[in-house]
Amino acid sequence: MQQERDLNVVIATDCGSTTTKAILIEKVDGTYRQTFRGEAPTTVEAPFEDVTRGVLNAIQEVEELSGRKILEGEHIITPAEGNRGVDIYISTSSAGGGLQMMVTGVVKSMTGESAQRCALGAGAIVMDVLASNDGRLPHEKIERIRQLRPDMVLQSGGTDGGTISHVVELAEFIAAADPKPRFGTGFKLPVIYAGNKNAIDDITRILGEKTALTVTENIRPTLEKENLMPARHKIHDLFLEHVMAQAPGYRKLISWCGADIMPTPGAVGLIMQTIARKQGINVVGVDIGGATTDVFSVFDEVFNRTVSANLGMSYSISNVLAEAGLENIARWIPFDIDEGDLRNRIKNKMIRPTTIPQLLDELKLEQAIAREALRLAFIQHKQLAVGLKGIAKERTLSDVFSQESDGSLINMMELDLLVGSGGVLSHAPRRQQSMQMMIDAFQPEGVTRLAVDSIFMMPHLGVLSTVNETAATEVFEKDCMIYLGTCVAPRGKGKKGNQVLSFEMEFQDGRRESGTMNVGDLRHFPLGLNETAKLRATPAKGWDLGHGSGKPVEAVIHGGVVGIVLDTRGRPIQFAADRPAQIADTVRWNKATDQFPV
Amino acid sequence: MAHSYTPGLRVTPFATLQRRRILPLKGEVTVRVGDLVSRDTVVARTELPGDVATVNVVNRLGIEAHQIEQYMVKKVGDSVATDELIAETRPFFKFLKSTVNSPIDGTVESVSTVTGQVILRRPPKPVAVTAYVDGRVIEEIPNQGVVVETQGAFIQGIFGIGGEAWGKIRRVVESHDSVATPSSISADMEGCVLICGSLVSADTIKRAIAVKAAGVIAGGIHAGDLKDLLGYDLGVAITGTERIGTTIIVTEGFGAIAMARRTFDILSSCEGMVASINGTTQIRAGVQRPEIIVSRPPSPSDTEVAASSAGLQIGDPVRVIREPYFGRLGSVSALPSELQTVESETRVRVLEVALEDGEKVIVPRANVESIAL
Repeated sequence: MQQERDLNVVIATDCGSTTTKAILIEKVDGTYRQTFRGEAPTTVEAPFEDVTRGVLNAIQEVEELSGRKILEGEHIITPAEGNRGVDIYISTSSAGGGLQMMVTGVVKSMTGESAQRCALGAGAIVMDVLASNDGRLPHEKIERIRQLRPDMVLQSGGTDGGTISHVVELAEFIAAADPKPRFGTGFKLPVIYAGNKNAIDDITRILGEKTALTVTENIRPTLEKENLMPARHKIHDLFLEHVMAQAPGYRKLISWCGADIMPTPGAVGLIMQTIARKQGINVVGVDIGGATTDVFSVFDEVFNRTVSANLGMSYSISNVLAEAGLENIARWIPFDIDEGDLRNRIKNKMIRPTTIPQLLDELKLEQAIAREALRLAFIQHKQLAVGLKGIAKERTLSDVFSQESDGSLINMMELDLLVGSGGVLSHAPRRQQSMQMMIDAFQPEGVTRLAVDSIFMMPHLGVLSTVNETAATEVFEKDCMIYLGTCVAPRGKGKKGNQVLSFEMEFQDGRRESGTMNVGDLRHFPLGLNETAKLRATPAKGWDLGHGSGKPVEAVIHGGVVGIVLDTRGRPIQFAADRPAQIADTVRWNKATDQFPV
Repeated sequence: MAHSYTPGLRVTPFATLQRRRILPLKGEVTVRVGDLVSRDTVVARTELPGDVATVNVVNRLGIEAHQIEQYMVKKVGDSVATDELIAETRPFFKFLKSTVNSPIDGTVESVSTVTGQVILRRPPKPVAVTAYVDGRVIEEIPNQGVVVETQGAFIQGIFGIGGEAWGKIRRVVESHDSVATPSSISADMEGCVLICGSLVSADTIKRAIAVKAAGVIAGGIHAGDLKDLLGYDLGVAITGTERIGTTIIVTEGFGAIAMARRTFDILSSCEGMVASINGTTQIRAGVQRPEIIVSRPPSPSDTEVAASSAGLQIGDPVRVIREPYFGRLGSVSALPSELQTVESETRVRVLEVALEDGEKVIVPRANVESIAL
């Protein structure tokens, strides 16, 4: 591990598509704390076309709030001396739509999927996966490559010593399409080749002239082995050298930074991995934005990330309706609403994405839609987070052939911590709303802690962890995470009204709570931050709290700003068949957890 | 402090506008700086590479990929016509001969000795960019296109479908809050841009398409009707490439909303004049709203108000863009600086709007749109 840099004052920015967010981190009494923040509109596009303008504006806001002089004209003062300057400036970026990639493989569910995992893990949006067996005709593939204009292509395929012709065929398609990069007319498109090593000569002959070709180790050297890191590093290098360097103002930004600029989701993934490793836990994280929803998971130290490019709460809100369907959204809405009216409201949010729900019913609608966006994004994540067990992971042959079956690494019973981030979760008027949205969408099983990112600083902390991991984890624990509490939910199905669980909770102040829960119940018990309680619960036959059907469980559960939620609505949650009963259930659940004023 | 601004749509009887007219690939600019151009003048042209066709010659001839070159009749760069011989075997017995003919007119782009695949490319497709508006060329972007400047009425919509079009403005309703019906549209409206007051239904738009109207401008449309017209539920607001037979521009939003009176009055005053319209809408980074431009020379009464992105001030005209006052117009009557809690319990910066009927209401600042002059 690289030695940590000694830092006392850090300024970090995240250049998002619409807003550039700056945070100041300072060592206070020997501990790193996030002290001030500022934000300003991102300035990648006309009329400014220089990302550094927005960065300077955001830092200037931090200067005004903190009283620390950070800028000298257009320069960041380093190192820090007294109340002047910072020790390092670091940044992440997703401006201009982030890193958009196309990946190719020979077999869609094998090398195609490995290439997809590789690009996603590096923080990219995967625009399409081309494979020899994807069912498209050659000219359709070529047309697709030409249309997409990705920032970068990752070509994989063939185990070492395996097929050459299929890999070469895909390279021929790329050459025939002669794609142009999104930024920087006149530049060659960066292509990373990470496939069969025996095809390198042919690939170089075909693509060497037409593209900016980089060759690296095969991401799937054998069927049983996946080796994603070398290609991920190349993606980061090329992201900086080609994509970032072509975007307006980034050359200047790169020169200001004391560490490599990372794609925003790549940085979030890094902090998730750091936390999971340091605490030895399984983590799922979600960042729901206006346009996209990112899901991260670390299970048994295996990291996966997916991005649902068209699931979001403003620009893409209408797509949530298109993908989830009206019925699935309606089941979370605690009142009757005309279908046409709901469709109009959703479309109006799409065309005016910055508006805020003024009415309570409008807030309830948005939170209903958010549940479906999160649920769909998590389904996509579970489909891709399969069978990967490490940087150079070993697969047994039986694993190899079960790739398309369920085989997901995501085991909700084993999940320790669920972290939410993004406007609808971080800024919900009541924290219990954030907690309930996450419980309803992710449906954690057994005993699971929940938290939200207070002000979306995970990207900053991710890149900070590359220079000083201690600083990153300290700030993450103290200022970034707001623990909501714990959800206790047995897995199983049953008839409404049947008993699911008997429980007893003993609180630190001597208070006790005990009772039984039936199918369809939801209960809330306050338990503050840094408080714990002893839980003894016995599920009924057919229900599992982690130790098997009907087996009792004892656990120490952690409180938070919301507390404990006991959820016996079933896994998956069982909904009433007719609309009036659905409304009655949602109203009851909302009351139980004090979601809304009325 | 970094300043924030309220987004607004421009609705003005007179403005000077520039439009960049750029080719998708480098090509030839066909006009010069200073030239007067009309909307249909070609200002730049180029050729897009033709589509490709692939032929797996080795499979068809039953040979090995590395042998392919000896069997090719046509070489890389050669022209080919549909059904023309491109490869053949030459066996001792002629009846054993296999041949491969070209499926397209074009040229041989590549012959692969690894995959045995031959890639053929169709002839390039010519592409031309027109001026789109009546005006004057003020800048040439070498090999790419030009900037055309025009003057006239300019109205931005909130959402549109379909690309660039132009036609004579025809009003089909009497007032800004009237609803156009299919019977309001007559056959003599072919090629026209139709001004339909408040709501426009799928049936009315279908009638407009039937009479070949160039465009339909209305205050609102139901989301369900849009789905019906497109044949799918629009997921993300990136439009402009739809081909439904006409261009639609919505000025206010989804649902039954009267067109802003100012918008209706400006459009009405331009009746009989030619409007250039574009339904292209993009609401992610790099916002693009649909537009209506009626090019005309300035008159002595025209005064141009510069587009402004400054913050809202008391007295500024605004439109409320979210429930409970969605679609209502008014002016800013107070700008309290402290955060306030609204009904949803959200703590936000708010402003007070004096609605047109005199009622004063509090709304989040994010829920108004300035009506830019």
